Amino acid sequence: MLPEAVAAMCEALSRTGNASSLHSAGRRARRDVEESRERIAAAVGARPSEVVLTTGGTESDNLAVKGLFWSRNAADPRRVRVLVPGIEHHAVLDSALWLAEHSGAQVELLAVDGAGRVQPETLRAALAAVPETVALVSVMWANNEVGTVNPIRELAEVAHDFDVPLHTDAVQAVGILPVDFAASGVDALTLTGHKLGGPYGAGALLLGRTVELTPLLHGGGQERDVRSGTLDTPAVVGLATAVELSVADAPRRAAMLSGLRDDLIGKVRATVGDATLNGDPGTGEIDGGPSRLPGNAHLSFPGCEGDSLLMLLDAHGIECSTGSACTAGVAQPSHVLLAMGADEATARGSLRFSLGHTSGPEDVDAVAAVIGQVVERARRAGVSR
Amino acid sequence: MRVLAAMSGGVDSAVAAARAVDAGHHVVGVHLALSETPAALRGGSRGCCSKEDAADARRAADVLGIPFYVWDFAARFSADVVDDFVASYAAGETPNPCLRCNEKIKFSALLDRALGLGFDAVCTGHYAQLRQGELSRAVDVDKDQSYVLAVLTAHQLRHAMFPLGDTPKPAVRAEAAARGLRVADKPDSHDICFIPSGDTRAFLTARIGTRPGAIVDTSGAELGRHDGVHGFTVGQRKGLGVDAPAADGRPRYVLGIEPVSGTVRVGPVEALDVHAIDAAAAVWSAGAAPAEPFACTVQVRAHGGLAPAVAHPGVDGRLRVELGEPLRGVAPGQAVALYDGDVVRGSARITAAH
Repeated sequence: MLPEAVAAMCEALSRTGNASSLHSAGRRARRDVEESRERIAAAVGARPSEVVLTTGGTESDNLAVKGLFWSRNAADPRRVRVLVPGIEHHAVLDSALWLAEHSGAQVELLAVDGAGRVQPETLRAALAAVPETVALVSVMWANNEVGTVNPIRELAEVAHDFDVPLHTDAVQAVGILPVDFAASGVDALTLTGHKLGGPYGAGALLLGRTVELTPLLHGGGQERDVRSGTLDTPAVVGLATAVELSVADAPRRAAMLSGLRDDLIGKVRATVGDATLNGDPGTGEIDGGPSRLPGNAHLSFPGCEGDSLLMLLDAHGIECSTGSACTAGVAQPSHVLLAMGADEATARGSLRFSLGHTSGPEDVDAVAAVIGQVVERARRAGVSR
Repeated sequence: MRVLAAMSGGVDSAVAAARAVDAGHHVVGVHLALSETPAALRGGSRGCCSKEDAADARRAADVLGIPFYVWDFAARFSADVVDDFVASYAAGETPNPCLRCNEKIKFSALLDRALGLGFDAVCTGHYAQLRQGELSRAVDVDKDQSYVLAVLTAHQLRHAMFPLGDTPKPAVRAEAAARGLRVADKPDSHDICFIPSGDTRAFLTARIGTRPGAIVDTSGAELGRHDGVHGFTVGQRKGLGVDAPAADGRPRYVLGIEPVSGTVRVGPVEALDVHAIDAAAAVWSAGAAPAEPFACTVQVRAHGGLAPAVAHPGVDGRLRVELGEPLRGVAPGQAVALYDGDVVRGSARITAAH
């Protein structure tokens, strides 16, 4: 966490008061919450009333996908289709699949290109066929595994051409890419604290003022009646501090991280000639920002098992990840790479290196120093199936 | 040494890993995901295949302060152990899947990968002793698992580590508690880990189907019908499905299974007596096959079934065992393990009993 967010949160922790209460302690807490809401809104181009505070990305994604579906389907039962690309985070993907199993939804996986991007014409074609049957579209702002940024503003325009709302999971984008809720035109946007230097368990769903949404949690009617539950005031204060700081500092960090990332990719590929970069190369521009997440390097190493690479790098003090893990911790072939058309062996032989505000050139050099021997050893250990 | 500790989530493998750490080795914990459809929580007495077991293993590794990974061997396990188990029953044999798992997964697929990644040994919580590559029985005779390890080759034994062989099980539990391992009082696992219901016959029927055949007595007279030879094992007395009592009123036992015709032969208990065993695919713990016949003690199933014998190593991994006293319940598909006192000399797969 950012030290400023820790300090703000610790200070708030020592105060008592329920932001829903009327007494003076409650008023003080409410002031903390509402000021935080205003700071978050200002940082991401939203109005304070559009900030629905949640416990983070998973809750915001569930609330957006299920809430939009239920409300739109209740208003017109013909609206059963949920359009999502296969590269979505499981919080979106599994919410959609749950709706298919339990609420009569029909999930349509939008095709992505080789970089993992949803092209506007793909969405247009999917919508143009019977648009009145579409409940919602959800496309992530930037992919957490391969780093590819989607043209969200354009996709929202396409959705709105057919009067269909669009949700975007912007967990990876806020605090590093230029994200402006109003300018993007999206109807709902997920952000979370721990990805931008804020606390775990604090996030928000930005929700347009005119967007109808059926709640997941019922109770005291907090947060526009959309999300009941007593707010965690200290976490909200920590979240607001982190959002504000990370957004203000984003251009500097983005430049620093993309430089490190390109250096990392170059050095790895200089040592391991057949390693390939997955996702967008990062040279383009989308909505005033880079076309790839600045701190993301996702590489495939032919003939290697991702698990082996992970373990060998870990032994050298280098922490990276192979994609998604289920609760048993069994590494699955990345569903993102599979959706991008990769075969299973390639998907299994891939690693993501994430760079952040604590990363420096010495970290890149540490990877470069060992990646050759690690890949060689992983190849010798072979592919286990 | 760099040691890879296979951690099932049970108390034994957790303490084995702890002892490897104490011995000064560089230890990494690995849980083998063996089920393609793991349950969230452990059910009944099976203690290795649920997500809860993986979490127990991870928790133990965290307490020991060692790196921990979950490796997916589900496809290999399914092909090399489960399919082999089903095929063996369909062929009228009685397989031992734990032995097959040691042979094909833990000390083959896992060991190969460990060696490839730069490890020197695989450490497990099996109860057996290993000194300078020589495998022998555990001091806790009730827990001794040398029988299901007798299938390991000299190469595999050189890269194995069984730290629990010198300790009785209750002491292992006490040690786990003293080390702060939450699995200290986790129940022992029983039965077959990949048959969660415990109903082996139903598991086999679902995969093999119904293959009716005759139940005959020693004279060849048909006594009844059955739904498939996989429901029977040599020495079995209960559940034969023959209503009429024997002429002499004595219980009947399965004497033999003829898989091609699907005939199950039953008869009196003394007809179970076996005086010689033929076996194949012999493995010699010291490497090469002994040149001469030698006296030994044989064990023909996981618990019990011991007899003095003379082993006659043959060609192409074949083995003939002449028993010094008769044994009952010798089932093709099981292993015959050969011991010199408590030391394992080798093993082979039983193909016929006489």
